[in-house]
Amino acid sequence: MGSLTAKAYVMNEKGVLAGEIIRVRSTNIDSATNVMEKALARAKLRFSDLDACCSTGYGRYEIPFARMNMSEISCHGLGAFMADKSIRTVIDIGGQDCKVILIDGAGNVRDFIMNDKCAAGTGRSLEILARTIGVDLKKLGDLAVKSGKPINITNKCSIFMELEVLNHLYDRKRLKHIACGIADAVAKRVAALAKAIDIENNVCITGGVSKNPGVMRQLAYHMNTSFTLLPVDPQIIGALGAACYAMQALRVEAKT
Amino acid sequence: MTKKYFGGCDVGSTTGKAVILNESGNIIASTIVPSEIDPEETSVKALEAACAKVGDLASYKDIAYLVGTGYGRNEVAFANENISEISCHAMGTFSCAPAVKTIVDIGGQDVKTISLNGDGSVLEFAMNDKCAAGTGRFFEAMSRIFRMDLDEFSSLSLKANKIIPVTAQCSVFAESEVISLLARRNPPEEVAAGIQTAVSKRCFTLLKRIGMQPLVTVTGGCAKSKGLIKALTKTIGMEVTPLPVDPQIIGALGAAVFARRHQ
Repeated sequence: MGSLTAKAYVMNEKGVLAGEIIRVRSTNIDSATNVMEKALARAKLRFSDLDACCSTGYGRYEIPFARMNMSEISCHGLGAFMADKSIRTVIDIGGQDCKVILIDGAGNVRDFIMNDKCAAGTGRSLEILARTIGVDLKKLGDLAVKSGKPINITNKCSIFMELEVLNHLYDRKRLKHIACGIADAVAKRVAALAKAIDIENNVCITGGVSKNPGVMRQLAYHMNTSFTLLPVDPQIIGALGAACYAMQALRVEAKT
Repeated sequence: MTKKYFGGCDVGSTTGKAVILNESGNIIASTIVPSEIDPEETSVKALEAACAKVGDLASYKDIAYLVGTGYGRNEVAFANENISEISCHAMGTFSCAPAVKTIVDIGGQDVKTISLNGDGSVLEFAMNDKCAAGTGRFFEAMSRIFRMDLDEFSSLSLKANKIIPVTAQCSVFAESEVISLLARRNPPEEVAAGIQTAVSKRCFTLLKRIGMQPLVTVTGGCAKSKGLIKALTKTIGMEVTPLPVDPQIIGALGAAVFARRHQ
């Protein structure tokens, strides 16, 4: 249950059945029920078929059909590990926060660092700045990668970045260079956060912003590294981790 | 012999201010105009408007000595000199309220705290210009959420019986928090009181960095916010001294006081 989207993941002992992402609705319960119904329908299942559900994300305490909940840090760690066992660092860039999570060889969280105080370096900043230049958020990344010369945005606050971007628009700078500058600005904030912790290879990116090729390219550049692509939709990794925790809990119960 | 006039022009991010002093140091004209994209244009507009109020000053080019200040100070038209807004706020305050030892200057894009020496020079200062939280920009965004103009929003919190805390520090996140607090039908005045308190706490942090000494005053456009002054008084546990001059023109006044030294 994220701030902007809700994700559900359905799996059995053999692995994936279905995943679903929706834009959040008016209440967490409404969003959770809706996204789970859709995921279950894809897997040709009903709510009554669900043996165990674990919730995660900032709205995780309000899900009536979840028997347990885990922090999104644990879930992103385990989810990314289950998707690719070589992963040791997960950078999760969500709608309202950004986390760098270090995991061990079993998918457990070793250490993490988080920014949830400032919108810069989160999906929110990207959304605001895309709106400022009148480009659809989904198209911003594709436009950004067409430019090799991002404008340099010097401000660190999203509000001030907005004014800076507007000035570049008035100066009639090419839109693709501005779009690339916006992606670069978000990437710089994430890279600054990642610098504060000793990251270990392989590194993967999760969360909605991982779908923005502009931010991904600029982030790889600023961190001077390459990212491992996950075989699963990176926006659904938290839900995948939660599903793995639910299954683990069932296994423990079966043994006792 | 013709009279001499001295000018100060403060080009801020949101407004441009001009003050004209006569030879004896009295304010004979002052103006506040909205900022243009081009800082030089802002300075010309502010200066022309101020000169129009002075009978025997045909053009701002006739000002004997002109000092520019504010973020656009390098581009003030025909300025003889430019001086940082920190020094100008200190001098402007000192010239009209010499007992003040500590200033909180809340501008459109930054917040500064300044401590003063006995002669109006700057002892120490602290500044937030990295983050919009607590700046005029922040109040503008907030008043938009309440569908009010800045003036109306400024006094909204005065009616509050209780303060609903606003916890987000970031302007972007605070906006979402305030929207959901209002959507949950919390009284707007109590949410507004929470906003004013949050800003006061940020000012207090900056004040503690420079060692707050009484008297304390507030300058800049936001000094006119009655709600903020009330919250700040409570947060710092000290009276906030009102100035005898419009607090928004203090920077330009300080610049003009520096100009008058070139008699």
